[in-house]
Amino acid sequence: MFPHRHLLGIEGLKRPDIEAILDLAEIYATRNRTPEKHGTALAGLTQINMFFEASTRTQASFEIAGKRLGADVMNMSVAHSSVKKGETLIDTAMTLNAMHPDLLVVRHPSSGACNLLAQKVNCAVLNAGDGRHEHPTQALLDALTIRRAKGRLHRLNVAICGDIAHSRVARSNILLLGTMENRIRLIGPPTLMPAQVDQLGVEVYGDMREGLDGVDVVMMLRLQRERMDGGFIPSEREYYHRYGLDSEKLAYAKPDAIVMHPGPMNRGVEIDGTLADDINRSVIQEQVEMGVAVRMAAMELLARNLRQETGQR
Amino acid sequence: MTVLLTNARLIDPEAGRTYDGALRIADGRIDAVLEGGTEPLPTDQVTDLGGKCLAPGIVDIGVKIGEPGERHKESFRTAGRAAAAGGVTTIVMRPDTTPAIDNPETLEFVSRRANEAAPVRVLPMAALTKGREGREMVEIGFLIDAGAVGFTDCDRVVTDTKVLSRCLTYARSLGALVIAHPQDPGLTAGSAVTSGKFASLRGLPAVSTMAERMGLERDLALVELTGARYHADNLSTAAALPALARAKAAGLDVTAGANIHHLTLNELDVGDYRTFFKIKPPLRSEDDRLALVEAVGSGLIDIISSMHTPQDEESKRLPFEEAASGAVGLETLLPAALRLWHAEMLDLPALFRALSFNPSRRLGLPTGRLSAGAPADLLVFDPDVPFVLDRFKLHSKSKNTPFDEQRMQGRVLRTFVAGVQVFGPAA
Repeated sequence: MFPHRHLLGIEGLKRPDIEAILDLAEIYATRNRTPEKHGTALAGLTQINMFFEASTRTQASFEIAGKRLGADVMNMSVAHSSVKKGETLIDTAMTLNAMHPDLLVVRHPSSGACNLLAQKVNCAVLNAGDGRHEHPTQALLDALTIRRAKGRLHRLNVAICGDIAHSRVARSNILLLGTMENRIRLIGPPTLMPAQVDQLGVEVYGDMREGLDGVDVVMMLRLQRERMDGGFIPSEREYYHRYGLDSEKLAYAKPDAIVMHPGPMNRGVEIDGTLADDINRSVIQEQVEMGVAVRMAAMELLARNLRQETGQR
Repeated sequence: MTVLLTNARLIDPEAGRTYDGALRIADGRIDAVLEGGTEPLPTDQVTDLGGKCLAPGIVDIGVKIGEPGERHKESFRTAGRAAAAGGVTTIVMRPDTTPAIDNPETLEFVSRRANEAAPVRVLPMAALTKGREGREMVEIGFLIDAGAVGFTDCDRVVTDTKVLSRCLTYARSLGALVIAHPQDPGLTAGSAVTSGKFASLRGLPAVSTMAERMGLERDLALVELTGARYHADNLSTAAALPALARAKAAGLDVTAGANIHHLTLNELDVGDYRTFFKIKPPLRSEDDRLALVEAVGSGLIDIISSMHTPQDEESKRLPFEEAASGAVGLETLLPAALRLWHAEMLDLPALFRALSFNPSRRLGLPTGRLSAGAPADLLVFDPDVPFVLDRFKLHSKSKNTPFDEQRMQGRVLRTFVAGVQVFGPAA
């Protein structure tokens, strides 16, 4: 039903795989709004959240998702522990692996780190963001949010705006929205565009107004200042002037276009604060809500495979 | 004592042809080469090669050995055995060791140790600047006297053009060969792969192929200025080739080399972040690879080398960006190069021109030829025998080969250095 052992990226997922996660997540989204939130799909399983990079919302979201489904959840902020003592990623992972976790949720600053881990450990690995590579659960929660707001997840015009080059969210979204047959536009300054990105089946715009013209979905990205070597853009204020989303620029999109942001937001850098809070346009809070549901669904599908593998149903 | 190798398919890169015949070895040299099987030569011992190929031994420019400093990665002994098993009869050793080989005392010590421990010839190169730091030139004169065959800072580019131009000027006065791996250091900084669709999808820091052209153009301008003997090694891009062709046409004393991995692999081989495919400069596009092979065929690129770079498991078992660069290549150089022959892109004399003849000529060595009087540094191989490479069977101490579990064709059967068999079945 979901023929994957790990969730390392959107790459490799087919349309039915994506729909399977979203359909199950939809059920959890409804249930999460009731007082009866608890399930048993992960009962008896151990989930370790291994975060080599600081994170608040993703780590909390995975933790709540695991707990709602009955898993034993442990959080490790590796950014502050053994790595500083010189232990390698593999050694840290092998140490945890020896404690027999079933689900390993990993965030790491290096692209491909989760792929490397998945080759070495026996449990299911979920990528919670690796370098500039992928952030699959973010793309899935974005997809669910779009599907709920627009009633479909195909033949939509979606604009992804900002720092594409350093964004794993952008890569996963390009892959997912492409697989679901949407038209994708990337908008941003050329210094923040990856090389030959036009070969990924997207349209590239350097001008915000042109790029937003007639789109159904506006997806803003965080300007990842901490990732920059410096010198990608002249200044924050010029960036906001040219690429920051405000109601004037948004007016070029369709009248019912929704505004998304993976968070955390830099108000006044990439998005106008009032617009971000506008409940008629912004679905940013719903994205966070869907994050829990999507992670519950993804972990449950992987857990089903785990249980089948070991013969215990 | 004389040894006659009969029933051989001789590959003569100098004459650019192959023919059936026999070859007699006396006193460590080739003393007669015979075409056809008509007139038998008197000899003490006869070895029937059964129609297999006989070629001048490979002279591999740019082999990193872990001594001094990283003997856990490779020693003279293990590198020597790997070379013998790979048909490499002369290792030209890189100075990018820890510490760098940048003074005559170290060079003399290292080359004496190497030649005691390794069954093949080992010739040392020296750093161009002290500590490979790009600030002060080494004692080029003393180092030549001590046996240095070339001067190179390897993958570190001498960024200060004034320093480089003085090094080139001084080297020229002594006739020393300066070898560089040209890249623009600014564009290259922090990169792990070549920029393009693949790099963008994988989210890896990338460098444009333009960096190599910029590095090469800069070096060639300084070569034009100083008249130095210059070898641009480890070229990997199509973008760099026009500059190289212009320099050669202008009559500069310039040659160029390519690494076997860039001739047989491309960026997509990295696949799912496989760090054994992380080399420096990074693997390029298929278009670059094809342009490079064509340049070897036309003679624009003179030399093919393994750029043997041993790395231990720990330094490779890391996320791609953090993993060490480099691949071992002494034993896989020939079977990998034969892929180009099996693909009908290069003939055998052209291959051995790049593997044996040209490097010998560029370094002023008498090897690399199949004619009477040349040293009997030879290899016998079967170009067709298929096998699947098992990296744990390599003789190198480090097993970081990108060809692991790959199907290859062509095996070395015997290797001779100065007429002595150093690899192959006992007589």
